[in-house]
Amino acid sequence: MKQIVVISGKGGTGKTVITGAFASLAKSKVMADCDVDAADLHLLLKPRIKERHQFRSGLTAVINKDKCTGCGLCSELCRFNAVEENFSIDSISCEGCAFCSYACPVKAIEMKENIAGEWFISDTRFGSLVHAKLGIAEENSGKLVALVRKKAKETAEKINAEYIIIDGSPGIGCAVIASISGVDCALVVTEPSLSGLHDADRVIKVAKYFKIPVKLVVNKYDLNVDMTEKIEEYCRKEGVSVIGKIRFDKDIVRSMVDGKTIIEYSTGESTERVKAIWERLRECSSKDAFD
Amino acid sequence: MIISVASGKGGTGKTTVAVSLALSISNAKILDCDVEEPNAHIFIKPEIRIKKPVFIPVPEVDKSKCNFCGRCSQVCVYKAIAVLKKDILIFKELCHGCGACSYLCPQGAIKEVDREIGVVEIGRKGNNSISSFDSAQDSHTASLQFVHGKLNIGEAMAPPLIRVVKESIDKNMVNIIDAPPGTSSPVIESVKGSDFCILVTEPTPFGLNDLILAVEVLRKLNLPFGVVINRSGLGDNKTDKYCKKENISILMRIPFRKEIALAYSRGISMVEALPEYRKDFQKLFERIKDRKFS
Amino acid sequence: MKVCITSQGDKLDSAIDPRFGRCQYFIIADTESEDFEAVPNPNMDSMGGAGIQSGQFISEKEIKAVLTGNVGPNAYQTLNAAGVLVITGVSGRVRDAIQKYKNGEFKSTDGPSVGSKFGTA
Repeated sequence: MKQIVVISGKGGTGKTVITGAFASLAKSKVMADCDVDAADLHLLLKPRIKERHQFRSGLTAVINKDKCTGCGLCSELCRFNAVEENFSIDSISCEGCAFCSYACPVKAIEMKENIAGEWFISDTRFGSLVHAKLGIAEENSGKLVALVRKKAKETAEKINAEYIIIDGSPGIGCAVIASISGVDCALVVTEPSLSGLHDADRVIKVAKYFKIPVKLVVNKYDLNVDMTEKIEEYCRKEGVSVIGKIRFDKDIVRSMVDGKTIIEYSTGESTERVKAIWERLRECSSKDAFD
Repeated sequence: MIISVASGKGGTGKTTVAVSLALSISNAKILDCDVEEPNAHIFIKPEIRIKKPVFIPVPEVDKSKCNFCGRCSQVCVYKAIAVLKKDILIFKELCHGCGACSYLCPQGAIKEVDREIGVVEIGRKGNNSISSFDSAQDSHTASLQFVHGKLNIGEAMAPPLIRVVKESIDKNMVNIIDAPPGTSSPVIESVKGSDFCILVTEPTPFGLNDLILAVEVLRKLNLPFGVVINRSGLGDNKTDKYCKKENISILMRIPFRKEIALAYSRGISMVEALPEYRKDFQKLFERIKDRKFS
Repeated sequence: MKVCITSQGDKLDSAIDPRFGRCQYFIIADTESEDFEAVPNPNMDSMGGAGIQSGQFISEKEIKAVLTGNVGPNAYQTLNAAGVLVITGVSGRVRDAIQKYKNGEFKSTDGPSVGSKFGTA
């Protein structure tokens, strides 16, 4: 079984459109949406939820007002400014470190487990999808990502799937590290802009830091051909192969509005290019395993 | 005044709006809080005057005082400390710097040392950018102040760095915060304390889905907000319908134009490439000001 | 002398679990008496620091060596500090791994075999 993750560094480069297209193309696979913060893959895959579970993670301090003497020690010790003047806890600021509960001289502070989100196993017209929704203003997105990946792997093992295709999250922090750890190949989708190059560079460095093989695709490459060349030059220097380029194509927007993958929507050039990218990715991910 | 610019979905034009707004008004300071992938500097091209590393405190054990009682390991919710029979190990990259272990160590064997997680850079807009402004317009932007944070590669925790970026907020200026995408803690850390939040979206199903999430966040935080629709005309009109139903003001529409995309791709801000939009951003600012302070 | 084998089940015929920190069982076997006990890993579903916690757990059990598929950097560091030998790249059945260990067919590793977060998903 191979795990392939699609990431971008910068948001809005077309990561989910490409992940969705791979869902249409791969024969034996489980999909995992690890963009738990602002998930979009379900808009293309239209899941029918089969299993729904709470995601419990992290702790929040709760002050028992009957016991609290108002000594102020918790407020003085808290590094996250989570203790308000009236000795209640600002649950959004509280990091759940439990320092206050240990330090409180009258044991007035209890730590309560958070329900930080939900995760789902669903059926789609392309097979199983494991996805999640992080609660508003919650942290620990990395942990929810790790959980989604674990469940995707279990699901894939049950049906002996050939691939797990993962929609990663933007950025380079916690959630991204959890999305890419241990995958067979990371595909970076970028766009021909200085920001796209800057962000791709940072996320490629993260992938290399964790020793993950990386490939790159330039989406909307014709919006700035010079910049596309710069990205290709950067990739040559960094030893990252560019396995495809896709034009700016209004059909891609239309397919999204229609709730379809580009493969289903059109037989045009973009579809052909995405198919070619998928084939190259298949080759790379099987070859890299023996490198 | 503090105006933050956020969006559920990435790539909708947050930085475009934040930068163009900052370049269109006087007495402005832009603070890029997207510390995982900061981009505002690409468009501002600031002269950086101050670079300061940002640290979190992590424990260091004096093994001559430690009796391996295990209290520190027991209280650490991040599992960053392993206590063995005759040794103790600290895993600094898992530590959130809460300080519980050092305070609670019965032997007083733990002190805190600094670990770098990123850097904050402070400066102002330089004169080296490509600009089609005349000198009168330049006087607006000459004073634009710039701050951003850059998280080190391999680091997971953005919020402590965001807090340091926000220490540069100047109450006497118009502070424009470029927030990270999403809805989780780095976004909250960036937007909280703002007087107003601009949500940038694009009229596509993905854009709308993520806008709805962002609206939930701002309602939970009780922050006044409005919407800017970028790439207007690209997708469908469901975003308009949603805003109308939810009674959310659409503050501005930026059309889908190839010239805007091209300037963006070259790292040129929208109002420098197409100065005719400058008055629209000034109007946007006036609307926000009146909405909040009328 | 006791060795610990990471296992997917609680029997000597179970398959070796390639993960250390998040393996399903630790099988702790006495190489002389051939007695063993299977301990469910309390850190299997831990949300972070599983390698460290498992390392600390093993260090309390007077174990000479750990036989597993892979260990990450944090678990390796913990086991190493506790003076436990680490043998990676072991696969197949638990019973056979113990036999091979007794035959002296394994060499301990001098570093982690995988990057961090290997066993997470």
